[in-house]
Amino acid sequence: MTTFTRGFRGRRRGEDDRLPPGQYLTEDFPVLSAGPTPHVPLDRWEFTIDTEAGQVHRWTWQELTALPYEEPAVDIHCVTSWSKLGTSWRGVSLDVLFEDVETTADYALVHSYGGYTTNLPLDDLLDGKAWIAYRYEGEELAASHGGPARLLVPHLYFWKSAKWVRGIRLLTEDWPGFWETAGYHNYGDPWREQRYADD
Amino acid sequence: MQADHLDGNALAGPLAEIFTADVSAAVSRCASCGLTGPVASLRVYDRAPGLVARCPGCEEVVLRLVRSPDAAWLDLRGAVSLRIPLSGTNPSAVLSDEGGRSGAER
Ligand SMILES: [Zn+2]
Repeated sequence: MTTFTRGFRGRRRGEDDRLPPGQYLTEDFPVLSAGPTPHVPLDRWEFTIDTEAGQVHRWTWQELTALPYEEPAVDIHCVTSWSKLGTSWRGVSLDVLFEDVETTADYALVHSYGGYTTNLPLDDLLDGKAWIAYRYEGEELAASHGGPARLLVPHLYFWKSAKWVRGIRLLTEDWPGFWETAGYHNYGDPWREQRYADD
Repeated sequence: MQADHLDGNALAGPLAEIFTADVSAAVSRCASCGLTGPVASLRVYDRAPGLVARCPGCEEVVLRLVRSPDAAWLDLRGAVSLRIPLSGTNPSAVLSDEGGRSGAER
C-alpha cells in the first residue's frame, strides 16, 4: 500500500464515521420532488402550528424572520442513498416556535404548500433537533430546495425535512404522511437504515 | 427551463413488473377532478423516493409507485378507475395495440 493511499483512506475514514450505512457522499445537492414547485408570494406566506385542542398559532414571513435564529451546520441523509456533510443553514428553532404552544400531543403531521405531508413524533422536533430553515449556504433558500422555508430535521432521512413547509398539526394519534403511506418507514432513522416500511 | 417531470410512458417499465398488460396504454379517471385520459399523459415525477404520477388537469396525485428491494408499493387512490385495453382474441385489436406500444421503452 502506498503512502498516498493510506493518507487518502485516513481522510475518508473520518468522513465515513459520519456516513450512515448504505449511504454515499455527494458534493452537489440533488433536487428531489414529488410534484411541481409551489411559488408562494412572501406577503401571503404563513406558517402555522395547530394543536389537538384546535388552537392555531400563526406567523407571517415578517414575524418568522424577526425571531431569533440559529445557523446549524449539519449532515443530511437522503433515503435515495446520498449524504451531504456539513451543510449550513439559517432558521428558527422549533423550540422557539413551540414556546407558547400548549399541547399534550405526541405526534406531528407536517404539511407543505403543494400538498406534501410527513409525520414524526413531536419529540423529534424539539430540544434543538429541528428548524424552520430559510437560508442555505449564505443565500436565500431556493424554491427548488424548498424555499422560501423548509423544515430541517437532519437526524432523520431527508424526506422528513419537508420542503415548502406550511405548518404542523399536532395529533394524539400518529398519521402517516406522503411517503410513509407508500412503503417508506414511519420513522426513518438513517443510522438504523430505516428506509422501507419493513426495515 | 428543464422540465421537472416526464410523461406517463415512464411508468410502462416499472409497472410491467406488476401487470402483464401495458398500463401506460390504459385510460385513467382522476379521483380529484374527473379528468379522463391515457396513463401516458400523466405527469411523472421520478426525481423522488418513488414515482409520482399527477393529473395534467389538476396536478393531484393519481398514482404512486415505490419499489423497495423486495416489494412494490402501488397506490391508486387518486384514480377512480383504470381502463386497461386487452386484445383478447381479436386480431385487429392486437394490431392497434402494437401501435400504442411503439412509444414505450421495451
Ligand atoms: Zn385531476
